[in-house]
Amino acid sequence: MSSVAPSQATKAKSRPAGTLYRGREGMWSWVAHRITGVLTFFFLFAHVLDTALVRVSPESYDKVIDTYKNPVVNLMEIGLVGAVLYHALNGIRIILVDFWAKGPRYQRLMLWIIVAVWVAVMVPGAFFMFKHTVEVWTGSK
Amino acid sequence: MTDQQMTSGGMHSSLPPVIEAPRSAPRRRTRTNTELYAWVFMRVSGLLLVVLVLGHLFIMNILAGGVQRINFAFVAGRWASPFWQTWDLLMLWLAMIHGTNGLRTIINDYTRRDATRFWLKAVLYTATVLTIALGTLVIFTFDPSI
Repeated sequence: MSSVAPSQATKAKSRPAGTLYRGREGMWSWVAHRITGVLTFFFLFAHVLDTALVRVSPESYDKVIDTYKNPVVNLMEIGLVGAVLYHALNGIRIILVDFWAKGPRYQRLMLWIIVAVWVAVMVPGAFFMFKHTVEVWTGSK
Repeated sequence: MTDQQMTSGGMHSSLPPVIEAPRSAPRRRTRTNTELYAWVFMRVSGLLLVVLVLGHLFIMNILAGGVQRINFAFVAGRWASPFWQTWDLLMLWLAMIHGTNGLRTIINDYTRRDATRFWLKAVLYTATVLTIALGTLVIFTFDPSI
């Protein structure tokens, strides 16, 4: 068997690989962990500042909290909850990969498990979050 | 194909390929274990934050009317209890330090110039110290009859 022929066949079939690391689920879960982490952290700064208005006056606090009650902002809040939930679940997965002997072997399966848990929590979670907002904004409560 | 593979494996040999050692220098021992402590802190604080933050999100956004019921009186009622004061204080400190260390890692990963790295971290640490100080002050000096 010659080692020259297969490499020529491969060259003919596909273009050069480029520099994109093809880490599949392991890599994309890491990318998503970074993005959701940074997103949550930047929100945290804003959230400490808006809560600090309780030290200024009840009126100024109530005014800024009204922003959160807007339906559009409420949808963004649902997105934030989704980001935090992914970061929490994937963080547990990372800890299991680090400390559980079989963690690295099951890292891909564990990702799909946390994706399933995420969907199972987010569907009712998003429903109830938005339900409260719709009820208030349509005047039914 | 490298020279080593040519000489050891050859074209028609069934010998396994020789994998060269990566070109990293032997690990230099530093005086402190700061990075190890940071690594451990991310995991310990992460587990605590799963409970603190997901509990906070559930109570504030889903339970009994969600965000629509939150106002000054609601906060005053909660912070009358030392339990929720402690919960919020712990959450503030852990989340801020956890997030700061995460962003420190990201800055270390993506900055190329020493000056850029220095200034981004200077801004980050300043913002973190000010935010933790402000949040702590608000929790401890909150006055419901303001």
